[in-house]
Amino acid sequence: MEIMGKSTGTSTVKRGLAKMLKGGVIMDVVNSEQAKIAEESGAVAVMALERVPYDIRHQGGVARMSDPEIIINIQQVVSIPVMAKARIGHITEARILEALNVDFIDESEVLTPADEIYHILKNDFKVPFVCGACNLGEALRRIGEGASMIRTKGEAGTGDIVEAVRHIRKVNEDILRVINATYMELMTIAKELGAPYELVLQVKKLGHLPVVNFAAGGVATPADAALMMELGCDGVFVGSGIFKSDNPLKRAKAIVEAVVHYKDGFVLAEISKGLGVAMKGQSIAEMNDEVRLAKRGW
Amino acid sequence: MKIGVLALQGAVSEHCKVLNKLGHEAINIVSQHDLFGIDGLIIPGGESSTIGNLLVRYCLLNPIIELGQNGLPIFGTCAGLILLSKYIEKSNQHRLGLMDTHVIRNAFGRQFSCFEVNMPIPILGSIPYNTVFIRAPYIDKVHEGVSVLLSYENKVIFAEQNNFLVTAFHPELTDDMRIHEYFIQKVVSR
Repeated sequence: MEIMGKSTGTSTVKRGLAKMLKGGVIMDVVNSEQAKIAEESGAVAVMALERVPYDIRHQGGVARMSDPEIIINIQQVVSIPVMAKARIGHITEARILEALNVDFIDESEVLTPADEIYHILKNDFKVPFVCGACNLGEALRRIGEGASMIRTKGEAGTGDIVEAVRHIRKVNEDILRVINATYMELMTIAKELGAPYELVLQVKKLGHLPVVNFAAGGVATPADAALMMELGCDGVFVGSGIFKSDNPLKRAKAIVEAVVHYKDGFVLAEISKGLGVAMKGQSIAEMNDEVRLAKRGW
Repeated sequence: MKIGVLALQGAVSEHCKVLNKLGHEAINIVSQHDLFGIDGLIIPGGESSTIGNLLVRYCLLNPIIELGQNGLPIFGTCAGLILLSKYIEKSNQHRLGLMDTHVIRNAFGRQFSCFEVNMPIPILGSIPYNTVFIRAPYIDKVHEGVSVLLSYENKVIFAEQNNFLVTAFHPELTDDMRIHEYFIQKVVSR
């Protein structure tokens, strides 16, 4: 029998990579030294950035896609997948990142949005995308556009986990509502969520999102990472939490282990010992609405 | 049958689902005592370097090597294929090293080049199998005792040696359960 032609960039292949990252930690890095530390600590992927969210927050200005040179340098030193961020709606930044052969694009609210109305049509790309979502409606809108992975939209760069918790709780609550609804109720629920009906139907049948869902934003300690797993996340992004702390390698290793053994209090107690000072952080309750990143995107 | 699925990182639940559909019990393996009483073991896809590190940190590496040497059937997909191989090109990462194979990691390129393709697999009959490759490795050299079950573009992507079975692609990402069934046969006939 003849072998049929191969197809690249299919939804199975794109969502498949996200599945391979499950139970893992994806770390923000700004140079090849940090990337190597991340890989050594057991990261499943790195996010190549020019500035970590903590610095973006404190230095201000427009935050854009990283300089391709930073991404290429990082690609050269690690064997794990390399991700990079594009601004919300910035089709061209995404195209550049695809040409650079990054393994995943994060259409991210951490960068300054390029479009106030539309997100990128991610189905047009062969490289998979991850997008943030505060609730099920937002998650399904992004999946409808072609996102292969979802993450919470916690407040990056704050070291405060409360927003990420709110988002995963909300997604879970919305999913439960869909599961418990009758088929007759689903169209109205789709309308209320602002989500594509077909995807709501899919959630009802599957009992969960059709793609992998990670925690992101505000993870600073192994306990934070374990909490997000406890709440049902498939894995964790850690941004400023690692390289803005006292002992990045030790903390990174501890967070990796916390994600595996998130239910085991004894292991968590052991790995949480003597990690040095965590990133200083900033309580979200003290922040004005206009500096909140979760308000970006819709 | 009781089949362990190494659950340190990666596509664990996908394998468990297939095992359950086939009527077998799937046991998540995260520490040494989980290995007790399993009839077979699956090492899933994920990041092989991460899984290797965690195997060492949680004292699972040597117990699994020992079980493998004593005949426990082990099935590795993608990262699992890498971890089961004795030789890994340009890498000193931790491994089980139970098979006499030489592998190249990320050998089909980065994510942009990942693909799926339908092809017949002789040992599974004439119906084509949908093989899904994700930053996949391949075996570039096999030593004595290893049987090649399938090659694609002259690259070995499905192989067997005694109680070990490996694929460079991901049978757990499709609805076709024939490769899992083939592995279960190995477990049953042990």
